[in-house]
Amino acid sequence: MEEVRLMKGNEAIAHAAIRYGADGYFGYPITPQSEILETLEAEMPWETTGMVVLQAESEVAAINMVYAGAACGKAVFTSSSSPGVSLKQEGISYIAAGELPALIVNVMRGGPGLGTIHPSQADYFQATKGGGHGDYHLIVLAPSSVQEMADFVTLGFDLAFKYRTPAMILADGIVGQMMEKVVLPPFRPRRTDEQIAEQCPWAVTGRPATRKPNIMTTLELDSYQMERNNERFQRTYKMIEQNEVRYQEYYTEDADYLIVAFGSIARICLKSIEELRAQGIKIGLIRPITLWPFPYERIAELSKQVKGMLCVEINAGQMIEDVRLAVEGRVQVCHFGRLGGIVPNPNEVVDAFNSYFSDAKK
Amino acid sequence: MAKVKGAVTVNQERCKGCDLCVVACPTDVLMLQPKEVNNRGYHFAFMKNPDACIGCASCATVCPDGCIEVYRVTIK
Amino acid sequence: MTVEEIIKPENRVYAKPRLLNDNHMHYCPGCSHGVVHRLIAEIVEEMGIEDKTIGIAPVGCAVFAYNYVDIDWIEAAHGRAPAVATAVKRLNPSRMVFTYQGDGDLAAIGTCETIHAANRGENITIIFINNAIYGMTGGQMAPTTLEGMKTSTTPYGRRIDLNGYPLNITKLVAELDGTCYVTRQAVHTPAAVRKTKAAIKQAFKNSMEGRGTSLVEIVSTCNSGWKMSPVAANKWMEENMFAKYPLGEIKNTVK
Repeated sequence: MEEVRLMKGNEAIAHAAIRYGADGYFGYPITPQSEILETLEAEMPWETTGMVVLQAESEVAAINMVYAGAACGKAVFTSSSSPGVSLKQEGISYIAAGELPALIVNVMRGGPGLGTIHPSQADYFQATKGGGHGDYHLIVLAPSSVQEMADFVTLGFDLAFKYRTPAMILADGIVGQMMEKVVLPPFRPRRTDEQIAEQCPWAVTGRPATRKPNIMTTLELDSYQMERNNERFQRTYKMIEQNEVRYQEYYTEDADYLIVAFGSIARICLKSIEELRAQGIKIGLIRPITLWPFPYERIAELSKQVKGMLCVEINAGQMIEDVRLAVEGRVQVCHFGRLGGIVPNPNEVVDAFNSYFSDAKK
Repeated sequence: MAKVKGAVTVNQERCKGCDLCVVACPTDVLMLQPKEVNNRGYHFAFMKNPDACIGCASCATVCPDGCIEVYRVTIK
Repeated sequence: MTVEEIIKPENRVYAKPRLLNDNHMHYCPGCSHGVVHRLIAEIVEEMGIEDKTIGIAPVGCAVFAYNYVDIDWIEAAHGRAPAVATAVKRLNPSRMVFTYQGDGDLAAIGTCETIHAANRGENITIIFINNAIYGMTGGQMAPTTLEGMKTSTTPYGRRIDLNGYPLNITKLVAELDGTCYVTRQAVHTPAAVRKTKAAIKQAFKNSMEGRGTSLVEIVSTCNSGWKMSPVAANKWMEENMFAKYPLGEIKNTVK
């Protein structure tokens, strides 16, 4: 049964995962996402659904536990924040190379280095352009509400299993820490071993006499075979690009200008848009929900309609590179963001817009 | 008194001629081919002195490549 | 009685186990890995647990272990096998899960995972091949390399002042409350091989019975890395390695 609750985004992820029927969570504490592990430990799902929860010795161990669980065909996930996600990159590359379904949650904080515990969106490049080594992609989902934190657990797992590829929820400290109303999904039973064997014939389960050994490896020394493997990965990515682009638009029908923003800052920008519209500027917002695959096509279309775009990100300008790729120089694309864990307020966005596009009011 | 007689077969193509079976044999049955080699170029092991074999399986026990099968009969 | 008369199926007393397949092993002639692979195949077969066994292969020479023993395997990132085994066992408690790791994998890059999996008392078996050298990458110094031992990164011999002491990680692991069985064996003689087989079998039983972490160290040779013949390497191991890494049971809380 669905249930309406008031809770933090991080807590919503934990509850949604138990209700999804996740088989395991492996994590390591780091601010601002520790509530995910804490909530799971407090809920004790091993007593109810049988879900395994383990505080690992490091982020590195945790992501390799996820690699292992995924290799067994289990629905497993981990969560961390920016420095911890950097540590996980090798493991994520292995999961991608193993064509394994898994969910990784990054509740971003400011970097580089140990940085700050305050919110940031500075891991956009890391999440969407690989992060680890090799030619691979993650499906990257950017929630902007506590509701989406919960919803994207289900969506992330479903997409990961559909395409046998890791998916990431790229949240930030704001959406992780803020409390909102959330409708939690109904409980789903965990898959049985029989269902896993049927749905994931590649899963490492212990070899019955009826089949050959299942071997999960990412090593292939035959270059021709490795090239074929890579081509297979690329075909999957192509399919994902064709089928899974997700975004949300606000006030774009008559828009002369466009704000592009993802995650929590997109909601702040909605307030800015109200103010700019009150000033007589026809401005809309597009919020990419999948950062990879990125909504290049829709932004390209919009670039033929509008006179200029402002990318608002809590970083020094990362998504703007994808926006500019989509726009192909047709209109001016500017960036506004704050660094160091500072979240811009709506007025700052309004001021930034007006300074870049001073003609807009005419 | 019952007498134990043994014999071994060596999978010549699997053998890498490491010599460990030769050393492990308590009755000096085995030897590496002095000239002949297998497809991979290894001087594989063979029974140079089959009559001495007691089928104790020491050779097969230390063989790193699982090349050796051991046979044994007890003659009464 | 002729040899032909003796070599008949009814007289066969030893053949390689069925689970050790016919793939040509990539190991150098005389490498200890082959013996240990064969023992694992024999034990899994004898215990009748091939449908319950999941092996975790390391990075190092044994990275291809999965090519030779016909069970389900996961190949782990360098050093992470105990973390991988932890998750596999926790998610599949009825399975017999073991890692197979070399000295670099287990005692250098994977020290953290080794210590913590053992300290949590994960119901897994760790098979630790200690040949005091990095074989796969071409004979570099390992954490277990002996003082004075020449490797490609200690070309004049390991110096304590530069490289620190050889790490007796098995002794360290035995100190942890999560371990139930810790033993050090070798496979250089028929008698040693038989003892190692008994040790691995004990460890696998412990894992099935949920008694905690078992670790079986196998002091091994890397004759290519040591630049010796296999026979000379065995002799050198007896004379040098066993002094630092003496054979025998270190801990057994099960009996």
